[in-house]
Amino acid sequence: MAVTEAATEGRKDAATRFLWPSLAVPGTAWLVALFVVPFYGIMAVAFSSQLNILGQPIPAWNPLKWDFTVMGNVIDQSINGTYRSAWEHTFIYTAMAMAVCVLVGYPVAYYVARLARGNRGLLLALILAPWWINYLTRMLAWVGILGDEGYANDIVGFFGFTKVDWLGGQWYVVVIALVYGYLPFFIVPLYAYLDRIDQSMIEASRDLGANTIRTFFRVTLPLSRIGLITAMVITALPMFGDYYTNTLVSNSPTTVMVGNSIEKSIQSGFSRGQGASLVLMLSAVLLIFMAYYLILTVRASREAR
Amino acid sequence: MTTIGVDAPGAADSWEDKDRYVPPPEATRPPKKGFVPPWRNPWRRPYVLATVTWGYILWSLVPVLIAVQFSFNDSRSRSSWNGFTFEWYCCGTKPGSIAEGSSVFGSGADDALLLALQNSLTLGVITTLIAVPIGTALALGLTRWRSRTSNVANAVSLFPLVTPELVLGSALYLVISTLYTQIGLGRNALILGHVTFSISFILVIVRGRLVSIGSEFETAAQDLGATRMQAIRTVLLPMLIPAIFASAMITFAASLDDFVVSNFLFGDASQITVPVLLYSAVKAAPSPNLNALATILLMGTMGALLLTYLVLRLRRRGEGGSALDDLAGIEM
Repeated sequence: MAVTEAATEGRKDAATRFLWPSLAVPGTAWLVALFVVPFYGIMAVAFSSQLNILGQPIPAWNPLKWDFTVMGNVIDQSINGTYRSAWEHTFIYTAMAMAVCVLVGYPVAYYVARLARGNRGLLLALILAPWWINYLTRMLAWVGILGDEGYANDIVGFFGFTKVDWLGGQWYVVVIALVYGYLPFFIVPLYAYLDRIDQSMIEASRDLGANTIRTFFRVTLPLSRIGLITAMVITALPMFGDYYTNTLVSNSPTTVMVGNSIEKSIQSGFSRGQGASLVLMLSAVLLIFMAYYLILTVRASREAR
Repeated sequence: MTTIGVDAPGAADSWEDKDRYVPPPEATRPPKKGFVPPWRNPWRRPYVLATVTWGYILWSLVPVLIAVQFSFNDSRSRSSWNGFTFEWYCCGTKPGSIAEGSSVFGSGADDALLLALQNSLTLGVITTLIAVPIGTALALGLTRWRSRTSNVANAVSLFPLVTPELVLGSALYLVISTLYTQIGLGRNALILGHVTFSISFILVIVRGRLVSIGSEFETAAQDLGATRMQAIRTVLLPMLIPAIFASAMITFAASLDDFVVSNFLFGDASQITVPVLLYSAVKAAPSPNLNALATILLMGTMGALLLTYLVLRLRRRGEGGSALDDLAGIEM
C-alpha cells in the first residue's frame, strides 16, 4: 500500500517537473514573437538595401545581406545635418525637464514619505491620482489653458503684459509640458525608496551632531541614491521617446525632437529606413540607461532575497 | 501609462508604520532657551516642504479639473468660459444647439466619439482577458523554475518595461506591415500590441507577491499530503488573488490609457481608440466634446480604481497596513 502511494507520488512529481517551464512557455513565446522579432525587424528595415515598387525598404532578414548605407547616412545627418537639431532638442529638453523633476519631485517625495503625518494617506492618493488620468487628457487640459483666450493669457493680461503665443513653438512650454507629464512617474518610485529609510539612521546622525542639512547630504541622500537613479531612469526613458507632448503643445519645427522625426518617417513609407535607423540610434542611447536600470533592479532583488 | 518594474519583495513589511517618525513627547524635548532659528530647530514644522508638496499637487490636478469644467462650456471654445451646458455630453439634437451633431451620447451625437469609446473598452477587456493568464503563468514559471534558460527568459521579459513605447510601437508597426502581414493593422494588431506591453508588468506585480509569500506554504501543504498541483491550486493561487486582481485592473487601465502603441497600430478610423482620437482631434478642430469624452474616460478609470481600492481594503481587513500603500506598492 505504502509502496504504491510512493510510486504514484513519484510519477506525479515527474509530471510536475516540467510544470514551471511549461507555465513560462506561452509568455516567453509571446514576447519572442512580438518583442524580440519586431526589434530584429527594425534592424532588418534599417539595414535593407532593396526597395519595393512603392519605394519602401524590403526588410533584409538575412544578416549577411545587411547594408549600412542608410544607417551611415542617418548618423551623418544626426551629427551634421537635418537630424542634428532634433537630437540637440531631445537631450537639452530632457536634461532640463529632469533637473526640474529632481528639484520639485525630491522634496515632494521626501515630505510625503517621511514628514507628513495625519494626512499622509490623502497626500499619497493625490500624488497617485495623475498615474490614473490619461496622459492625453492631461496634455489636452494644458492645451486648453494655454490657448489664445485661455486662463494663462487671462493671468498674463491681468498683470498688464501682452498675450503670449504659448502654443506657437516655445521651447519652455515643451519642457514644462514634459515635466507635467512625467513628474508623477518620478515621485512615486522615489517615495517608495524614501519611505523605506530607517528613521534611526537619521536620528543617529542628529545624535552624532550633524545638523539638518548635513544629515540630508551625508545620510538621507546616499540612502536614497538607488531610488533617485531609478526614478530618473524611469522618467528619462519615456521622455527620450516622447513625440506627442511636443506635437500637442508646440507642433513647430523649432522644437522638433527625435521622437517626432521617428514618428514621421516610420509612418511615411518612403523614409522608413531612415526612421528605423533613428530608432536604432535612440535605442543605443537608451540601452545604456536600460542596462544600468536592469542591473540595479536585479541587484536590489537579489539583496532582498 | 508607464508602469514600472522595481522588484520590491517584502516591501509591504517595511511600509508599515513602525518606522515612521514620531516626534518625542513634550517632556523629552530640550527646554526652549530664547529664540531658536528655524534651521537649528529639528522639531520645527516642515512648512517649506509642505508648501512645495501642496503646490505640486494643485499644479498637477487643477488643469485636469479645468479641462472637466470646459466639457460643460456653452461655446465651441476649449479655453474661454461662456456658461454651463450639458449638451456636449448628450443630445445636441436641436438645430442651432451649440453641440449640434457633435455630442458624445444620444441623438445628434458624433458617432466617431462613441465608436472610439466602445473600441477602447472592448480592447481593454480583451487585452486583460488574454494578458493576465499569460502574465501570471509566466510569473509562476519564472519565479520557481531556476535554470540558465529561465534567466534568459527573465531578462527578455523585463526588457519591454524599460523600452520606450515609441520603440515598441514602431517595431510592431514595421513587423506587422512587412512580416506578419496576415494580422493586418487594426483590432488584432492593437490586441497583440497591448498584451505585449502588459505581460511584463503583470509579471512584475505577481512575482513581487510570489517572492514575498515564499515557498513555505506550498511545502507545508505538500508535507500535509497535498500533491504539488493541489498545493498550487488550494494554497498558492488563493494567496495570489489580490495581486492577480490588481494586475488585471492595471492592465485594463493601461490599455485604456495607451496612446503610442495604439497610434501606430490602429489602422483606419473604424478602430480608433479614445487617446488616438483625442490626439488627432486636438490637432484638427478641437471643441469641448473632446473634454466631455476625456471626462467620461476619467470617470471610468476612477471607478475602476475605487473598485480596486475597496476590494484590496476588504482583503486587508484585520491584517493592518493600508490598502493605499498596497496600491502604491503595486505600481512599483
